[in-house]
Amino acid sequence: MRFSRTSKALGVAAIIALAVTGCGGGSGSNTNSSAAADPNKVITAYSNEPQHPLLPANTNEVYGGRVVELLFEGLRAYDASGKPVNALAESIDTTDSQNWTIKVKSGAKFTNGEEITAKTFVDSWNFAALSTNLQNNGFFFESIEGYADVSAVNETTGADGKKTSTPAPKAQTMSGLAAKDDQTITVKLSQPEADWSLRLGYSAFYPLPSAALKDPKTFGENPVGNGPYKFAKEGSWVHDQSISLVKSPDYNGPRAAKNGGVTFKFYTDPGPAYTDLQADNLDVTDVLPSNALKTYTTDFQDRNSTKPVANNSTLNIPGYNPNFQGEAGKLRRQALSHAINREEITKVIFNGTRTPATEFTAPVLDGYNDKIPGNDVLKFDVQKAKDLWAQAEKIKPYDASKPLQIASNTDGGNKEWIDAVANGFKNNLGIQAEIQPFAKFAEVLDLRKSQSLPGLTRSGWQGDYPSLYNFLGPVWATNASSNYEKYSNPEFDKLLKEGLAAKTPEDANTKFNKAQEILFQDLPGLPLWYLNRPIVWSNNVVKAETGWNGGILYYNIEAK
Amino acid sequence: MVRYILRRLLQVIPVFLGTTLLVYYMVFALPGDPIAALFGDRQPPQSVIDALRNQYNLDQPFWVQYGIFLKNLFTFNLGVDFTQQPIAASLARAFPVTAMLAVEALIIQAVFGIAFGVFAGLRKGKLFDSTVLVASLVVIAVPTFVLGFVFQLVFGVQLGWAKPTVGANADWGNLILPAVVLGLVSFAYVLRLTRASVSENMNADYVRTATAKGLSRPRVVMAHILRNSLIPVVTYLGANLGGLMGGAIVTEGIFNVPGVGNKLFQAIQRSEGPTIVVIVSVLVLVFVVTNLLVDLLYAWLDPRIRYDQ
Repeated sequence: MRFSRTSKALGVAAIIALAVTGCGGGSGSNTNSSAAADPNKVITAYSNEPQHPLLPANTNEVYGGRVVELLFEGLRAYDASGKPVNALAESIDTTDSQNWTIKVKSGAKFTNGEEITAKTFVDSWNFAALSTNLQNNGFFFESIEGYADVSAVNETTGADGKKTSTPAPKAQTMSGLAAKDDQTITVKLSQPEADWSLRLGYSAFYPLPSAALKDPKTFGENPVGNGPYKFAKEGSWVHDQSISLVKSPDYNGPRAAKNGGVTFKFYTDPGPAYTDLQADNLDVTDVLPSNALKTYTTDFQDRNSTKPVANNSTLNIPGYNPNFQGEAGKLRRQALSHAINREEITKVIFNGTRTPATEFTAPVLDGYNDKIPGNDVLKFDVQKAKDLWAQAEKIKPYDASKPLQIASNTDGGNKEWIDAVANGFKNNLGIQAEIQPFAKFAEVLDLRKSQSLPGLTRSGWQGDYPSLYNFLGPVWATNASSNYEKYSNPEFDKLLKEGLAAKTPEDANTKFNKAQEILFQDLPGLPLWYLNRPIVWSNNVVKAETGWNGGILYYNIEAK
Repeated sequence: MVRYILRRLLQVIPVFLGTTLLVYYMVFALPGDPIAALFGDRQPPQSVIDALRNQYNLDQPFWVQYGIFLKNLFTFNLGVDFTQQPIAASLARAFPVTAMLAVEALIIQAVFGIAFGVFAGLRKGKLFDSTVLVASLVVIAVPTFVLGFVFQLVFGVQLGWAKPTVGANADWGNLILPAVVLGLVSFAYVLRLTRASVSENMNADYVRTATAKGLSRPRVVMAHILRNSLIPVVTYLGANLGGLMGGAIVTEGIFNVPGVGNKLFQAIQRSEGPTIVVIVSVLVLVFVVTNLLVDLLYAWLDPRIRYDQ
């Protein structure tokens, strides 16, 4: 039996306790490794209380998302590598990337017997997009013609100058969406988007039974879907404790369950879950306590995996900071990038759970290219950093009256690497740099939104669907939803648009990577690293693996 | 007696208003928009955020928010938390678990603390007494979370005597490990209090008289020494029950107990004003009521004490 770091520190006490109780350390684990896989055994998995009723149109956080993904099946599904495969879709066709025709397989049913037709999808998508329904995932339909009308809001400015927006749809359904017959959906986008069909595997696009549209809240307590799993019974969601799913016998899609069911046990902290795994009291977790990052490969020998995930981290440099404006600012941004030793930080601090970044998206995506012109700015090069900084000084002297601050919430192990980055700036550029600590993510977000952070800010992106665009558009396009630092470059926007309008995904990716060259010239943020998601599993299962987005493929786990 | 109880209960009102106001204001003053924080990096449309802010009255000034909260509280309408679950229902799930944990811990510390304390007090200066004294000092010195991790690792993982965490199966048996950890620190105090009190009373006149009357040793110990020695111990235990209910955050966290401590921790993380204040209010009530019960218990332990002057 091996110990985590915390437990090592407590080792002496443990030994005393053992001596007192007069028992040796022999444990019952590591015995039954030869047993054959049992397709009917239920596995247990780490999770936490979902934040919303379990409705695909509304669930946008990870703990509800993992349940919804098992309960429902969409037109497409993503395989382990992130490649979309047709699930309920017979075919998805387009000639101009703007008008799409989707054939739905016939005979598909929800577990309550309700048939799934083209109309089911049209109704579900219209429901999600309509602003009065207040669905969190409504904006995923923004490309469809008529979305602007169904999602329209009224903005009012209160006496205190605060803006409030209330839903005021001008139409109830999207004009670009129609069910031509029981099996055919036609979609007209407001502009060509080559990668549009990639998102059809995302949970926002799942079909909803009619009961969900009538009373989403009640439905979300006991959801009825069409996926590889279903609720074990009414009330399987025991709040604050667990959700129990069982294999759905009627399912015949690409994600067939290899176990009898999944019970998600809720933990408010990953620490106890890790201990439970050591005692085989829990079968799999994708969240490790930060103090276990250095020990999980030895604590769980042959029972761990660390795979790349569509998730990256950047250090954003706000354009409103005078030190980073103009030609001098550009040189300084480059200097900062050269002064970060990504290789060493990922190795020493993250222990291999991060990989140094080579561009602005993620390596697991189709179209990823590690040789984008300009990306040598990501190389650690002290001399170059110093030279660039000196050049900038000649143009405009650096205002060193305040230290350069890196804003971040300090929970979740962020402090260690930010200290390392700040020290890199200090030692290699001779400037004062420090973390600007916040207790909570919400505080940083507020200040980012109101553009009032004085220095750099930590940022990150987790892909919704496997596409380069999903990492570039929402984050760096002018006025995009998550572009809090308000970076804007018309040329970048133009290349993105051209990419979306491209005839083939390959052409699209070429354009998107061309757009990245602009990002490397402007450097509105410094790409830091990509996430590798570590997971561990118990002696009760054969093995577990993560998919492209870092989620565990629960249906693929074999119990023994 | 009745007047005394009424007067004590009336004191609850200002205490209650004061604590709720204070806690509510502290949560209100926390920086950052709690609704935006619910969504992390991927924000939903602004209209969704605004609708939620409106639902939780977060768009109102402080006094309006607090007023609405009080009004809802007195009409027993606690509303829903940030996960859209009724607060009343989730507290109804969490409080029995924590109460069970606290009572189990209290029983453990009372039974063992008093028993060891009496034996140590009667044999003052002997080997048993010194051993117990040193051991209790060690227990007091070790922080709860260290004890928690060690117990979890040794009894949960290595020996497999108990499940390392509680989770959904919160019953008396499964709660024994966290209850021991929770009760252990106070156990040491109970032991030391009892010991000091017993050894002091052993030399009291009435004990000598009782012994001289020819009463049996057990009767002298039980009826004369112990009963008189219990007053400080009972005060401590009573005050401790409130502490056990509210102070179980660390223990509940380590053992993943779905109780009030965990709920409070999550609510604080999410800056959920109403949930935090409701939990704290209930804890205040528990504290006040247990203290009242302790004061009433004095009269039974020491008939000289009278309440109505």
